[in-house]
Amino acid sequence: MSQTITIDPVTRLEGHGKITIYLDDKGEVDNAQFHVTQVRGFEKFCEGRPFYEMPSLTARICGICPVSHLLASAKACEAIMSVRIPYTAAQLRRLLNLAQMVQSHALSFFHLSSPDLLLGMESDPVKRNIFGVAAARPDLGLAGIGLRRFGQHIIELLGTKRIHTGWVVPGGVTEPLTMAHRDEMLAMLPDAYANLEKALVAYKQIADTFKPEIEVFANFPTNYLGLINDDESIEFTDGALRLIDPQGAIIEDGITARRFTEVIGEAVENFSYTKFVYYKPLGYPEGSYRVGPLARLNIVKSMGMPKADKELAEFKQISAGPVESSFHYHHARLVEAMYGIEKIEQILNDPQILDKHVRATAGVNRLEGAGQIEAPRGTLNHHYKVDENGKMTWASLVVATGHNNNAMNRGVLQAARRYVKDGKFSEGALNRVEAVIRTFDPCLSCSTHAFGQMPLAMTLVSADGEVMDQVVR
Amino acid sequence: MSDPVEVKTLIIDEQEVSALRGQTILEVARENDIDIPTLCHLEGLSDVGACRLCLVEIKGSNKLLPACVATVYEGMEVRTNTERLKKHRRMILEMLFAERNHICAVCVSNGHCELQAMGQEQGLTHIRLPYRNPKLTLDASHERFTADHNRCILCMRCVRVCAEIEGAHVWDVMGRGINSVVITDLNDEWGKSTCTRCGKCVQVCPTGALFDKSKIGSDHPKYPDFLPNLKMMREAQ
Repeated sequence: MSQTITIDPVTRLEGHGKITIYLDDKGEVDNAQFHVTQVRGFEKFCEGRPFYEMPSLTARICGICPVSHLLASAKACEAIMSVRIPYTAAQLRRLLNLAQMVQSHALSFFHLSSPDLLLGMESDPVKRNIFGVAAARPDLGLAGIGLRRFGQHIIELLGTKRIHTGWVVPGGVTEPLTMAHRDEMLAMLPDAYANLEKALVAYKQIADTFKPEIEVFANFPTNYLGLINDDESIEFTDGALRLIDPQGAIIEDGITARRFTEVIGEAVENFSYTKFVYYKPLGYPEGSYRVGPLARLNIVKSMGMPKADKELAEFKQISAGPVESSFHYHHARLVEAMYGIEKIEQILNDPQILDKHVRATAGVNRLEGAGQIEAPRGTLNHHYKVDENGKMTWASLVVATGHNNNAMNRGVLQAARRYVKDGKFSEGALNRVEAVIRTFDPCLSCSTHAFGQMPLAMTLVSADGEVMDQVVR
Repeated sequence: MSDPVEVKTLIIDEQEVSALRGQTILEVARENDIDIPTLCHLEGLSDVGACRLCLVEIKGSNKLLPACVATVYEGMEVRTNTERLKKHRRMILEMLFAERNHICAVCVSNGHCELQAMGQEQGLTHIRLPYRNPKLTLDASHERFTADHNRCILCMRCVRVCAEIEGAHVWDVMGRGINSVVITDLNDEWGKSTCTRCGKCVQVCPTGALFDKSKIGSDHPKYPDFLPNLKMMREAQ
């Protein structure tokens, strides 16, 4: 008799999702699916609005990474306006994006995943949250909160508020950076470095104890996509996309925002509202790939910053070719956070960073435009079409979670096959299946997130619809 | 026979005040630092009594009168802030919010909006009425300005400032009741209308319905204070 196990909702994620595990007659895992259960409708209800409103509208998609949408949207708008933004504006935006990268990575690592990593996959679900971490390892709890605050406070100093700032506008930014704010940011750097060091030390100490998880946490060859600079160093804000194959060879390079839709397509599966993004020449699902910290580090040759380069070299030791297990997203996130802090320091010391010329203006000069950046969780592309008055007629947003969707589903299946046996499942096993999703740090909606206090219901359903077993935590 | 007495004495909120014949209750109240909330009234423009927020109670009458157009008389006893009036004002504001699509978080006027400020001032915490969510147009045809009818509260300040101060009378109102909308010329696109591009309508608009395209994303405060000065200078000529 075949059965279905449902994990709903999946906790400690940004947004709402659920997992269904299908068992065959023998009680073995037959299939597993990761569902994103919300419809947001942003692409549709933005139609009719003026294009210059798009950054503030699309930023509302998410409370964790509104900066990503602000930047991708502003870049798409600038393509419509056909302007190049002032140098200082570009640097300030880069600073904003890096600050978000650090705070989001801190959130993912400390608040969402460190309970699994530090307290253990099998630990008491009641304590398996950031508060449990703070109680068991106060130093790390404080480091996490401190690192998140570092990023958030820079965002606030730049854009007057932490979430949904109106500071990024088509053409640049609204206000230049003041000397007082620059100095305040510089003063926060020593603590940020120290907090990140604590995380790196703690992670490296425990990483080896997770070998069984590393083996089955979406551990398979895929292609990888991410932004890269001309000198093959990491890039979050400009540059062009590179796609590499499972061996690390370049499949396609120089994918600009404008060319994005030529080579990237979206497939639809009937079990999820998130689309499945793939590389068109290879088709779906063969053209699927991963994005985000793991993909970016697999693609780049250097970080371009001394401390981060040292960490990258260590990361690249994990495997001769691209690092395959999604468990290593955690490690990659910390390497990127190091790069983020170093790069923030470099930008703050740029002699032109206090320049007052930070905005370019123009009207509608093209009826179509696209922009792309690297969000903390992966590549984000905004593509707009407007009428001659600048009113939106069409919008397409391709988000990181869509790129990673295929890998997440395969990863859930891989872990479920390992941990769900004979139709039996333990709480720890199901937490591991959820933890696979957490490695990707997906942004499902991404307006909500929980610390594990949300009720998690697991249901075993037989083929005839009868509830065989139910566990609620 | 016209009333020969120029000075009137009346009571507003238990305070004895004097006024000139022909003055409105609102004028007299403000001269005496008594606050009566308004949205459509603007110093320098004629009054139309459109928003009804300035309704006051008059002793001896069951009817509530709009203070911006009701004139004073001798012995008048006015109350401006009773529980009944507060209730009505909140209801009027709720209806204004429910009538069109006011999404403060993404509005260009967020933080500078008179409707938003009035809601806060009057203690509005919820809209108890169902939102109508009408599908309204947005006119982005003008080179410098945008008209978003989703945010219009039909105060008609734009209509009055354009006709009375600029003298262009580009803005007017089309339709009746809840279906009314402000239009430019004979419902032509703003960008193709006889607009003089002076921007006065944008400055006097209390919400984000009329806004400057270059202010998107920035703080977009408006400066309607130019009006009384402008009017005074013109009258002095």
